[in-house]
This record gives sequence, C-alpha cells and structure tokens, in this order.
Amino acid sequence: MEMPSPNPAILARKGRLAERLLAVLPADAVIQDEAETRAYECDALTAYKCPPLMVVLPRSTQEVSEVLRICHEEGVPVVPRGAGTSLAGGALPTADCVILGVARMNEVLETDLENRIIRVQTGRTNLSVSGAVEEEEFFYAPDPSSQLACAIAGNIAMNSGGAHCLKYGVTTNNLLGATMVMMDGTVVEIGGAHLDAGGLDLLGVICGSEGQLGVVTEATLRILRKPEGARPVLIGFDSNEVAGACVSGIIKAGVLPVAIEFMDRPCIKACEAFAKAGYPMCEALLIIEVEGSESEIGHQLGLITEIARSHNPVELREAGDTDEAARIWLGRKSAFGAMGQINDYMCLDGTIPVSSLPFVLRRIGEMSKEFGLDVANVFHAGDGNMHPLILFDANKPGDLETCEAFGAEILKLCVEAGGCLTGEHGVGIEKRDLMLHQYTEADLEAQLKVKDVFDPKWLLNPAKVFPLSVTASRRTLKLAAE
Amino acid sequence: MGALPPNPQNVWTKKKMMTPGSEAELAEAVAGASGPFSIQGGGTRGLAVEGEVLSSRGLSGVELYEPGALTLVVKAGTPVAEVEALLAAQKQRLAFEPMDHRGLLGTDGEPTIGGVIAANVSGPRRIQAGAARDHLLGVRFVDGSGQVVKNGGRVMKNVTGYDLVKLMCGAHGTLGVLTEVSLKVLPRAEASATVTVTGVDLPGAVRMMSAALGSPYDVTGAAYDAGTYQAHVRVEGFQDSAAYRSAKLVELLSPFGLAEVQEDAGDLWQGIRDVSAFHERAGDVWRISVKPSDAADLAPRLEAEALQFDWGGGLIWALVPEGTDLRARINVPGHATLVRAAQGTRARLGVFQPQPGPLAAISAGLRCQFDPRGILNPGLMG
Repeated sequence: MEMPSPNPAILARKGRLAERLLAVLPADAVIQDEAETRAYECDALTAYKCPPLMVVLPRSTQEVSEVLRICHEEGVPVVPRGAGTSLAGGALPTADCVILGVARMNEVLETDLENRIIRVQTGRTNLSVSGAVEEEEFFYAPDPSSQLACAIAGNIAMNSGGAHCLKYGVTTNNLLGATMVMMDGTVVEIGGAHLDAGGLDLLGVICGSEGQLGVVTEATLRILRKPEGARPVLIGFDSNEVAGACVSGIIKAGVLPVAIEFMDRPCIKACEAFAKAGYPMCEALLIIEVEGSESEIGHQLGLITEIARSHNPVELREAGDTDEAARIWLGRKSAFGAMGQINDYMCLDGTIPVSSLPFVLRRIGEMSKEFGLDVANVFHAGDGNMHPLILFDANKPGDLETCEAFGAEILKLCVEAGGCLTGEHGVGIEKRDLMLHQYTEADLEAQLKVKDVFDPKWLLNPAKVFPLSVTASRRTLKLAAE
Repeated sequence: MGALPPNPQNVWTKKKMMTPGSEAELAEAVAGASGPFSIQGGGTRGLAVEGEVLSSRGLSGVELYEPGALTLVVKAGTPVAEVEALLAAQKQRLAFEPMDHRGLLGTDGEPTIGGVIAANVSGPRRIQAGAARDHLLGVRFVDGSGQVVKNGGRVMKNVTGYDLVKLMCGAHGTLGVLTEVSLKVLPRAEASATVTVTGVDLPGAVRMMSAALGSPYDVTGAAYDAGTYQAHVRVEGFQDSAAYRSAKLVELLSPFGLAEVQEDAGDLWQGIRDVSAFHERAGDVWRISVKPSDAADLAPRLEAEALQFDWGGGLIWALVPEGTDLRARINVPGHATLVRAAQGTRARLGVFQPQPGPLAAISAGLRCQFDPRGILNPGLMG
C-alpha cells in the first residue's frame, strides 16, 4: 500500500511545531517521543504501520481549534483519530503528520429524555453512550461490532452501522447535530436538538467523510426507548440459495426484523469449534431477531417460521428464554474471535443487492479455489452488507499479498453485482485504490470539490479515501504553495 | 380559493420551458445554456425562481423495483402518484410520508419524486421512520456545468466515498438537477391505530407526546391541533400489535385528558401531513423546526392566527398575516421556512433561514463548486 513520502520540510520543523503546540496545550497532551508515538502507528488494520511526527490529545473543542489553527498555519497534515479501531486504515499516520486523538474528550454534556437526545464529546465510546441512558431504559441504536472500544468520533467519520441497522438505521440516521472544528480552526455548529438542520445537509456530508472535512468534537445523538423485549430464531438451510430466498420472502411478507444475520458453512464450523453454541452443521444459517411485547414477538416469529418452513429448513430453533437467546447469539458474536483463533484473517465489507446473494457467494467459493485461500462468510443479510473473512498466514511470504488481491477481486465482484466497496467500515487506505471501479473520475471529482471547500489546503487525512493518483495535483498544490 | 395569495409558481411557468427527454439531453442543455434556470419537477411546491424553466418531467419511469430487497430506482420526473401506486400493489410504501403541497399552495400539476427528494419533503412519520434523506440510497444528477455525476447506489449500506446523496437531498436543485434517485422502501403496515387525547392545552400536549414518543410502543405520528385542543398519537403494524400498543398508550396518556382509540384515521393523518387546516385560509404560512420541548414557550410569541404541531411539537406550522417576519419572533434554536407568501414577501424575507457566517460560507462554497456559473435556481437558498 503506497503512502505519500513525508515532506522533509515538515520533518525539519518538528521542534518549532512542538513548541507552538505546547504553548496552547498542557505538557501531557503533546507526545513527541518516538517510543511513545509508536502506540499510534496503526489502527485495527495492523498490516500497515507508520509512527506519526507527533500526537496531540486535546480535552476541549477550544484546544482542538488551537491545534488545527497552528497545523494549518504550519502546513502540517493532521490525521484525526477516535479509538483507533478502524479496519480500513482510516487513522493510519504518515511520518509528517500530527495525530489528533479525541480519546480524552469523553464527557456526556447533556441527557434530555424528554426530547430523546444525548449530547456527548465524541471521544466517548459507542457502548458508553447507551450506558449513560440505560437505567432510564433508553439506548443509542447504531451498534458496530467494536462498540465496546470504538468512539463516536470514528462512528461519525465512517458512518458506522451494526447488526441492528435494518430497523434503526446507521450513524447518519441518528446524528442530529455536531460541533465541528474546520482545518483553519473555525468552530461551526450544525443542527442541534431539532430534527432537521436547516440549509444544505452539511451534517449528511460530514458523516462518513472519514475525517477529511473537519474534526467533530461534540455530537447530538438521537436516543430511543428500549423495546419491551427481543428474541431471536435460528434457521439452518442446506443451500445458500434457499437461505437467500427465505430472507427475501420474509421481507416481502412485511415483517421487518431488527436483525437478519447470515453465516455460511466455514463460518459455522469455526464458530462452533470456538464457542460451542450448538449450531447445526449446514450450508447456511440465519439468525433473525424481532422485538416487541411477548405477543408481538410471538406473532412475528410465527410468520417468520411459517415462511422458513416453506423452504424446508434443516433446523429451526426458537429461543424459549433469555438463556437460549444468548446461546443463539453466542456463536455469531464470537465469529471474528473464532476466526482469529484459527488464522490470520482479513475482514471485507462490501454490500450487494440481497437478490444477488446466491450468485456472489458461489463466485466467492470459486475464487477461493483459484487463490488457494479459504473464506468464511458472515454478514447482515437484511441489507446485503457482507463480511467475507479471508484466511491467510501472515508468516508465510506472499500470503498477505495474495489475500489482498483476492479481497480486491471480491469487492470488484460486489460492485459488478450492483453493490458497493464498503457498507460500514469505510474506504480508508484499504479500498482507496479500488474507488475507480465504483465511480468514474467525474464522480470522484464531485467529491474532491467538497473537500476543496472544507479543507482547501488538503491537510486533513489527505492520503485516504481517494486513489493517490486522483488527488496528487491537489496535494502537491498544497506543497508548492508553501 | 379566492383568498389565497397569487401563486408565484404560475407567474413563471408562463415563461419558456425546456423539457429534455433524457439525462444526456439535460446535461447538454445545461452545458450549452447561460441560464438562469428555474428547476422544476411538477411545479407544485411553490419554489420557482426567475429564469427559464428546466423541467425534469421528460425523465420518467421506473428503472428497477425489487420488493424483496426493499429497493426502488426511478427517474426523477416520475409522478409521486405513480410511485405510490406501484409500491402499494406490493404492499409497500415510501415510509417518510411525503407531504402534498398542492392544497396549501393552491398549485396544480403532478408532484414528482425528484421534487420530493430535492426538497427533502417528509411527513408525520419522520419522527420514527426518518426523513426523505434517510431513505435515499443513490442519486444521478447534472451539475451546473453540465457534468453527469452519480453518488451512492441501490444498496442500503454504503459508505464508499462522500455522501453526496444527502447533500443533494434538500439542496432544492441548487447543486445539480436530479435525473435519477434510488430509494429504500418499506412494508406498508397492516393496520394503524390512533389514540386521540381531548381537552389538553399545548404545554400538556407536548409533555404528553413526549411521554408517548419515549414509550416502547413505537409511535409513528404525534401531532397537536391547537384549535380543537386534541392531540393525536399513531401506532402502526400488524393488527394485533397495533391494537395492543394503542391500548397501552390509552393507559399511559389518560392522565393528560380523555384518551380514546380511533381505528382508521387515515384522513386525519393526511390532513396533518398536508396542513389541510390552513388550505382555505388567507395569510402567510411558515414551517418552523425546533426542539419539541421549546414549542410550548415559543407558540405564544409567534402571535399566529392558527398553529399546527407535528413531530411531537418539533415541527410547527404557523399561519400569520401577510408580510409578517416570523423569524424575528423566534428566540430558540432551530429554523423557519417561509412556505407560502406573496413574491414580494419571499424576496424580502427569503424562503430559507439565513445561516450563521461560517455555515453560509461553506454552503456558498459548495454552490460555487457545483454550479460555478450560478445558473441553477440562483438565490433560492442564499
């Protein structure tokens, strides 16, 4: 993966930059020692590492503003960082950048149950947002797998989803307002506690912009009252096609489950070995969860099992109580851990139209043989967001490269099937060079024009999202201007 | 309808109109013209500006509809009625419940799906299902230099690159002319039940709607009519489920007033959606978006002739004497849109609320990038 070479002029100015940053931040908020900056050399895409020039850990919007103003004046690139859980390399540094970590900004600023909102500093973790309103029976809906660790700042940057977004939407559908610091230090307030921010939908374009348009320091989020109850059903099939047809049948029947999770045989096998959840050995397994009162749950599960039975399932297991519900979820929730036990793996994130599911799974199976690497599939079937896990051996020379080439082919397949490169992880560096498979240069140019408005000097996370060749003139313009 | 102000839409539609028959023709027309253009779908939403009318009505038809994937791809000039009929045949719908502006504005013509999206038009269900922008999966549009651009796609989860889909929704054609939109559709509920609470004043109604929206009963509408002192709370779903939840809501809401269930209140919600209470009345109409709990204190300050509250109090429709600058009376965060007024008032006060400096600069920057010649609905949004 190519990254731009560091600008020697910036490296030479490290001392002056540190001095200026220390004038506006407490001493413990500026990290410049090489041994300590190494802790920030990568995010959860650990195959790529590069210690940054410096790390700053501000505690307030005001401090973030000071940092950005100084970096803007000095012409130093800034890579914003939430909790560093990106699987796409969204927070990967360059040697000449300042990492701006928001982890110390984790306060709840306002909880307003009457208006069903919470306002937080964005360094707060996803799960602890729900935690802050849990006693009052409320929750924050987007639930990425990394929710214990990941920060709201990163959720906003990547427009994170989760298992329950079929019903509740992703981050952008639950974000009502933001305090954002622009690269030149200007602080802007967008939206608030009212449902629709006025003017152009700037909140919509900031969410998912991967830290390239500004640094969101505070967010107003929509919270919801918890449903009365929830219960899953587990259904096994002897082919992916039939499982796919069952999903489509359920949706057509007017049932809208909160989650429809799909696992294929390799994934079932690995999860079973790891978590011993008692899953049946079959080709495809669905976990479908519905919500409501006891009688509402019963009615919806009745409709779902009726449709499932018409597809001759090899297994159909309704959770009778909370213990059984937990056992049904146990395997799925440990899928990634299970894979990590047996192999190194790369987790992909393409989305496909639900109707293409059988075709895409069959092609992935064929490609697995061609590349000589195993794949396990686990994904959110209701919305077509796939997570193929390609297994490889990091210690075997060439295996990572083969894995990456295989992954790229799977993502191209998703695009050909009418889908997209990434459903919830973001582009980062990982899918950057595939962007021209989904979009034309003119399509990308329209996106670059947005960045030109928010960050004319192209200093915020500049080497991400777009192929380097496409952004080269803009990034070098910045260097030439100095 | 004699009492209504002259409809500005009709003033401009007498002028020249261009109706390209394809996206390529539209792109060519924009590239070759010097403008300015007044972008129009069905011309029912009263947002015309001075200039040659550029109509999307020549771009009509369904590109793809997969009920099992909840996905619809449709050309921008397709009539909303056609889309709704197509979905209804599969027991599905546009869950954001777009308002029909014709009755309120005295316009005629066929509303188009492109117009709904360009103006981000949503109805009472917005509080639960989201706005139009939350159901928009992808767009194709022609920017101000005549370049065709696509963004997003047809799948429900997509974070590939910047979300220009949201940016285009609610841009009112100022960043580009929509040619095609992809939408997430949802199952139509089997049943609907409305709990009506009678004899409740505004502060009580806002607290009551807040209690309903903060309950686990999945409320899809919460509105208050200040004229009749009635608040309405809607639930939807399977028959038994709607009955169960409406009964629970009657229990929950009875302390606020006399609470009763209405089984089929479709006309009531359509009236709330389209603000039918103001249809035959003269005066300017404003649409105000605020934090729901601010509604009760704000309402008397508006000195309005009539008020309607939707979204649990967060959406206020106000009928005021012609020429009133309502924004000057609003002292809480939010914004106000001038939906119906004479041309002079619209020109003087602006349809959309002016934004604070830094946001206005970003918006102006975006307009300049996407429409460098300033020919797409110039002046409409700032």
